[in-house]
Amino acid sequence: MSNDIRIRKGLNINLKGEAEKVVSEAPRVKTFALKPTDFHNTTPKMVVKEGEKVKAGDVIFYSKYNEKIKFVAPVSGTLAEIRRGAKRRILEVVIEADDQDVYNEFDAKDPAHLSSEEVKAFLLESGCWPFIRQRPYDVIANPDDTPKAIFISAYTSAPLAADTEFVLQGREEDFQAGINAVAKLTAGKTHLSVGKGSSFFNNIKGVEIHRVSGPHPAGNVGVQIHHIDPVNAGERVWVINPEDVAIIGKLFRTGKFDATRTVALAGSEADKPQYYRVKIGSAVKALVDNDSADVRIISGDVLTGDKISADGFIGFYHNTVTLIPEGNEYRMFGWLPFKDNNIPSTHHTSFAWLFPNKKYKVNTNLNGEERALVVTGEMEKVMPMDVYPMQLLKACMVNNIEKMENLGIYEVAPEDFALVDYTCTSKIEAQEIIRQGLDLMIKEVG
Amino acid sequence: MKFLRNKIDQLKKPFGKGEKWEKFAPAINALDTFLYVPNHTTKKGAHIRDAVDLKRTMITVVIALLPALIYGIYNTGYQYLHQLNGGDVAFMDAFTHGLWKVLPLIIVSYGVGLTIEFIFAIYRGHEVNEGYLVTGMLIPMIMPVDIPLWMVGLSVAFAVLIGKEAFGGTGMNILNPALVARAFAFFAYPTFMSGNKVWVSEATNVDAISGETILGSLAAGHEVHFSMFDMFSGAIPGSIGETSTLFILVGAALLIFTGVGSWRIMLGGVIGGSIMGLLFNLWDANALMAFPWYQHLIVGGFAFGIVFMATDPVSAAQTTKGKWIYGILVGFFCIMIRVFNPAYPEGVMLGILLMNVFAPTIDHYVLEANIKRRKKRLAASKQLKTA
Repeated sequence: MSNDIRIRKGLNINLKGEAEKVVSEAPRVKTFALKPTDFHNTTPKMVVKEGEKVKAGDVIFYSKYNEKIKFVAPVSGTLAEIRRGAKRRILEVVIEADDQDVYNEFDAKDPAHLSSEEVKAFLLESGCWPFIRQRPYDVIANPDDTPKAIFISAYTSAPLAADTEFVLQGREEDFQAGINAVAKLTAGKTHLSVGKGSSFFNNIKGVEIHRVSGPHPAGNVGVQIHHIDPVNAGERVWVINPEDVAIIGKLFRTGKFDATRTVALAGSEADKPQYYRVKIGSAVKALVDNDSADVRIISGDVLTGDKISADGFIGFYHNTVTLIPEGNEYRMFGWLPFKDNNIPSTHHTSFAWLFPNKKYKVNTNLNGEERALVVTGEMEKVMPMDVYPMQLLKACMVNNIEKMENLGIYEVAPEDFALVDYTCTSKIEAQEIIRQGLDLMIKEVG
Repeated sequence: MKFLRNKIDQLKKPFGKGEKWEKFAPAINALDTFLYVPNHTTKKGAHIRDAVDLKRTMITVVIALLPALIYGIYNTGYQYLHQLNGGDVAFMDAFTHGLWKVLPLIIVSYGVGLTIEFIFAIYRGHEVNEGYLVTGMLIPMIMPVDIPLWMVGLSVAFAVLIGKEAFGGTGMNILNPALVARAFAFFAYPTFMSGNKVWVSEATNVDAISGETILGSLAAGHEVHFSMFDMFSGAIPGSIGETSTLFILVGAALLIFTGVGSWRIMLGGVIGGSIMGLLFNLWDANALMAFPWYQHLIVGGFAFGIVFMATDPVSAAQTTKGKWIYGILVGFFCIMIRVFNPAYPEGVMLGILLMNVFAPTIDHYVLEANIKRRKKRLAASKQLKTA
């Protein structure tokens, strides 16, 4: 069965430096890291001490408030350092890798013969659970919940994001096995959204396929959920990234937690934009040899990713590394309308909107300063949901829980507001405001 | 250029964090950012940002106002010289007279308004908002030309303090600040803001000059001796910037092309005004009612109000559906008040202010519909579960 979802509102930002569809094995780097900051709202409780040996798949830390959720080493090696920030918060757990991985091996299992509880237990034990995230709130799923449905978005629309079909090439069996496993977790449907022309996913069984087309954020799983089966107050749905489904599949087929991540190196400052295979948490040095202060290294895409240093590590969920120039420069009279048309703009005060297919080299300049919200109607143009973005943001700013709930806070994640960040004339930090709003809801409503 | 930049950075040093004059940083920053878009980079959220900022948006509106302003300056001189001497008037003569009259108003408006804005920015510790660039230009354009400068200054102070800052500053005001300034002057000094003596330069001093607007003539039962072309091109008496529908439309075209002004509100206003005008044409009880509906759209402040005042995004309705309703009602009330107001035959200012007050109510009901859909969905899903 297949259904069409046509998204009309939104915006494709065309940037220079798209990753060429070639995949190489990245040279094995010395250090890997798990970053507890990647797992929002999770407080880590360390299991391994500095200097101890770990195998790939060994538990490194677990969640303090839900001990069932374990986080495991992506590679085998020695736990080199626990880097802490303010208030001794753990920022990075760094593992010095061995030359060859030794796995903490489990028995291969066929999900068809397992109950929902057994699948859950295996995912928790093997350390694959953090791949499963829940909506609302955009945090790691609570294993005690039963979701009403599971959503997997295999359609990407973010600027320069990795192409899912290419990433999964040659891993059809793993992907199918992963689907079989995760489908057990819900009594409802498992939804897989794919691009319009995609053929790879046609033979996948046990899912409801949705054909998605339209500009970004059509690829955001939250937008797809909104159009397929929206989240109501009190309901839970779970979402998983496609490559993580394949990792789960491989775990069931071979008994090994193979933390392979296919990363698209992209952006105008990348010398050779292409795909690389690394292990989760790899030092970005594996792909980028550039510690110039004029280049920003982003783990993730330009809209939702994290800024990392040249010595930093790729985020747990990220499969894109984007390099763009820093915009630490002044522009004389840059506020004149129709000046500097080489900066992409959706607003018609620049001629850039007349050339939607031109590929732009864009830097990190804020192009202005933060101001009070004045212009109306611009956020709605990039919000393909039946949600009033400005009103919801204002409700979040003043912590009005009832209003947030009424205006649809359960249906959104910070990433759905990334384009609002981008397009807003007043340069407000919409993603951060939504994140804080969601955190408040977790605390007050749960 | 590098030299200039270095010079500015040097000048800015004592205003830096922890330095002597840190408190006054918003003032110096406001001046600096008028030369340069600052070198700020993204710290959180999306790493890339659109080229637009509030400064660019506001400057676009100021540019859109320029054609009407320049024509207004010319027309100020034209009305005066034409009535005084008759016959043709040389452009430069008219423009010079107009400039001599209008420029002081603009200087006072910007001077008083920006001073207050800067003081508040320093006091509250935020950057200077650009909103006043537009307000400061609008205020002289909606005043009669001979209004004393101190009245303009006082009206501006009232508008910025009570109309805007009292509500929390830019983005928080309920009413359009420029219209607050005009309403203040209108109710505080009615003899300078209405009647048949104020709408042409020097009409109060020179007997030969009639300072009556078309709407004033209609209300008083006088004959109107202006052609349709005069009304459209703007060679008629009135507030400085409001007379030329032609040049207001040029501005409107820029606002609509750039998306800075809401075409929905403008179109809604024209639809609402036309409907009300047509209804009055059918009723036909007095000269104002009988005035053709399409001429209602091109005389008085209607065009200016709909294009530049009603579209102020802060005081207008903010939802897409709300903008339609708001626009249509603005047009509706502008013409209705214009025809029914016994004291003063013009209603655009009061019509827009009235709808400013109701804009949040319109948005409230648009949002309620959205909330109701969500609650209905929740109820349906609950029913499914229990079934």
